[in-house]
Parts: sequence; C-alpha cells; structure tokens
Amino acid sequence: MNVAKKTLGFVGRLLACCVVLVLTGCAATGNVADPRDPLEGLNRAVYSLNEGIDETVMKPVATTYRGVVPEFARVGVRNFFSNVEDLYIGFNNLLQGKPGDTVSDWSRVLVNSTVGVFGLIDWASDMGLDKHNEDFGQTFGRWGVGDGAYVIWPLLGPATVRDSFGRAIDIYVDPIMRYTPVPTRNTLLVTNMVSLRANLLDASRILEEAALDKYVFERDAYLQRRRNLIYDGTPPRTEPAQ
Amino acid sequence: MNVSLSNSRLSLQQFVLGVFFGLLSFYTQAQETLPPDTLVKNVTLEVIELISKDKELQSGNQKRMVELIEAKVLPHFDFTAMTRLAVATNWDKASAEQKKLLTDEFRTLLVRTYSSALASYRDQKFDFRPLRAKPTDTDVTVQVRIIQRGAEPVTLDYDMAKSGSGWKVYDMRVAGVSLVANYRTEFANEIRNNGVDGLIKSLASKNKGPAPRAERK
Repeated sequence: MNVAKKTLGFVGRLLACCVVLVLTGCAATGNVADPRDPLEGLNRAVYSLNEGIDETVMKPVATTYRGVVPEFARVGVRNFFSNVEDLYIGFNNLLQGKPGDTVSDWSRVLVNSTVGVFGLIDWASDMGLDKHNEDFGQTFGRWGVGDGAYVIWPLLGPATVRDSFGRAIDIYVDPIMRYTPVPTRNTLLVTNMVSLRANLLDASRILEEAALDKYVFERDAYLQRRRNLIYDGTPPRTEPAQ
Repeated sequence: MNVSLSNSRLSLQQFVLGVFFGLLSFYTQAQETLPPDTLVKNVTLEVIELISKDKELQSGNQKRMVELIEAKVLPHFDFTAMTRLAVATNWDKASAEQKKLLTDEFRTLLVRTYSSALASYRDQKFDFRPLRAKPTDTDVTVQVRIIQRGAEPVTLDYDMAKSGSGWKVYDMRVAGVSLVANYRTEFANEIRNNGVDGLIKSLASKNKGPAPRAERK
C-alpha cells in the first residue's frame, strides 16, 4: 500500500519533471515544433544528459583505448563483434525477402568464424562477400512501418518509435546478451561499447565542426541515414534536384 | 552563371567583356569538360596522393589542408547552388548582398568541415562506381565507395550538374546523408528566429571559432 503510493508519487514527480523539461526545452529553443520531433524538449534534455556522460566517460575511455591498444587488435575486436552481428543481419535480410543477401551474410559468418579465427579476421570481405547493414528497425521499415516520433534514449541515443521497438528485438536476439557467465557477458558488452565509440571519434569531431545546432544536425542526419538504410542505399528521390 | 538580361542594358563595354569572357570560358571548357566520373576520380586520387606524401597534412595541419582543398577541390563545387538549396524557400527573401555573404560563410564552413574529414583519412581504398547516365544528361550522380574492413563500405554520392565551365558538385551524400538537406532545418530555424542576417552572423561566428573542437552548448 505504502510502497504503491510511494511509487505513484515518484512516477508523478517524474512526469512533472518531464512536462517541465518539455516546456522549458521548447521555450529555450523557440523553434516551431518539427512534425517529426514532437518530443523535442524532452529529447534535448536527454541529449544533453548523454552528451555529459559521453564527455566525462565514453569519449575519454575511447580515446585512451585508441591510444593504447594497437590497431591490429582494435580491428580484431571490431571484426569479432561484426561477425556476431552478421548472424542477425542475415536473419533480417531473410525477413526482408532478400535470401541472396542472407546466404552471403551467413557465408561470412561461416568463413570468418573458422578461417578467420572466431571472427577476429574478416576474410570474407576479401573474398568479395560484402558486409551489409540490417537490423529489426530496418526490417519494420521495409515492411512499411513509418518512423513515428524521433526519440532519444538515455545512453542508447537516437531512435524513432519504430527503431526503438526494432532495437529492443536486436538486443533480445543478440547472442552476447544471452551469454551465461554474466561477468564475461558484461566484459564483452563494455568492450563492444568502447570499440564502437572509438570508431566514432573522428565522426564526432567532424560533427562538432559542421553543425550550428548539434542536436538538429544529428537528428536530421539520423533520419536521413535510416531512410537510406531501409532502401539499401537507393531511396526514392523526395524532391527535384534543382 | 546566367546573366539576367531582363533588367540590364548591355553597354558596348559590357558587350566586349562578355565576348572576351565568353571566349575564355569556351577555352577553359575544352579542358574542363571531363566526364563527371572521370573528374571525381582524378580529383580524389590526386588529393589522397598529395595527403599520403605530406607528413604535415597527416598530422592535422588545418591551414595547409584548407589550402589544398582551395586549390584542388573547390573549383569543382558550385557553392551558390549548394547555399541556395540549403537555404531553400528563404533564398528568395535574401538580398543579393545577403546571398553573397551566406554563400561565402557556408563555403568556409564546408571547407573547414571537409578539411577536418580529410585529416582523418588513413589508407582506405576507393571504389569508383561506373556512371549510370546517358551522354546527354546534364544532372548526374557519381558514386564512390570507401572500402573499410569489418564494416560496410561508406558511400559517397556526388550530385553534379553540367555548367559552362565543366561539371560542378551541388550536393554530396555521405552514407546517404545529404549535406545540403542536413543544413536545411538548421538554416530555416535560424532564419525564422533571427532573420537572414542572424544566420549570416551565426555562420560567421561558427567559422571564427576554434578549429578542432567547438565548445559544447
């Protein structure tokens, strides 16, 4: 009883905070609401939270990682996780009606897990089996599900409503998430996060350089990028060129 | 590119100048009407050749990189078209003076960003895709892929239009993200809040800021 009340009280306060954040967010930017981003105020608040975490933890750790770990080892780490990914990339290609790509993706796993020593070396690419980029969010998009509102999640970063559901399934089917010795699993997860962030160090520096308003620039880039991925690089043109 | 004939009476002097520059552009045209895909390939290979030979460029000498881009890359970009496309519907609201300032500032911003991107070039391989266009086309997309290990290739699409002085890039899509389209919302927000002059001012102050990493908001 008491606990329930307390929980309700907490949820209520959390909601109130959200409302305040949304209102102040809107007031601060003074922008007309973008129809793709109705939660802009809240998103901006989470965005700056993520920025803070990135600046104090992720970026320094990733920078050290890149400075300390030699390149061949970093490539090995990247290849290892990329190989695990290929499993469900192939599955998504199957769901999207591209069995040819599935065969290629799973051949990659076969080659890289054996000849490539547990995926540490990417032989498959040298054999002409191209790496693809698929996930459940893209599969839903391919099936005709619209973007929905743009959402920024704490720690996980930008998504749309559709991609959030997609990502939940991505995480659910990820073999690493199901790996039983929990400390090993956690080590793997953290290593992958650091490796991914390290790969993005150049990109984030370029973003700093390019954007007037990083939030807007990142959002628009994310939405354009996802659209491009759903159509595997050939989205229909939305407007005349000139 | 196109002179508005409607409101300008051509004096003799202008006429002579016009003929002179007309001939000049005809002369340079002979050199510059390389097919668009050949042009992209030549420029890309020349630039990475220069970077791979130059230790200073690799260690991130921004000034030197900007000079390289100014000399080798910029002549093949149509910045007025890029700015017009990014400013979109607000372009007509800008005066000629404002248009010029906007173009200059946007150009500086893009050059800085581009030089920053090139500085992170290591030794990726390029795959120049065959051009899919008819010889009569005047608006084409040239596709280049950057091959990297353990990740899917990054695509670079150059949207190019044919002009009197050869093919010019008017938009560039990196991994499907159009540079011009990505600035559209930012520019529209800024113009809505602070007018065209506000956008010019914020671009200028962005360009004056420190080079490698801008301050966080």
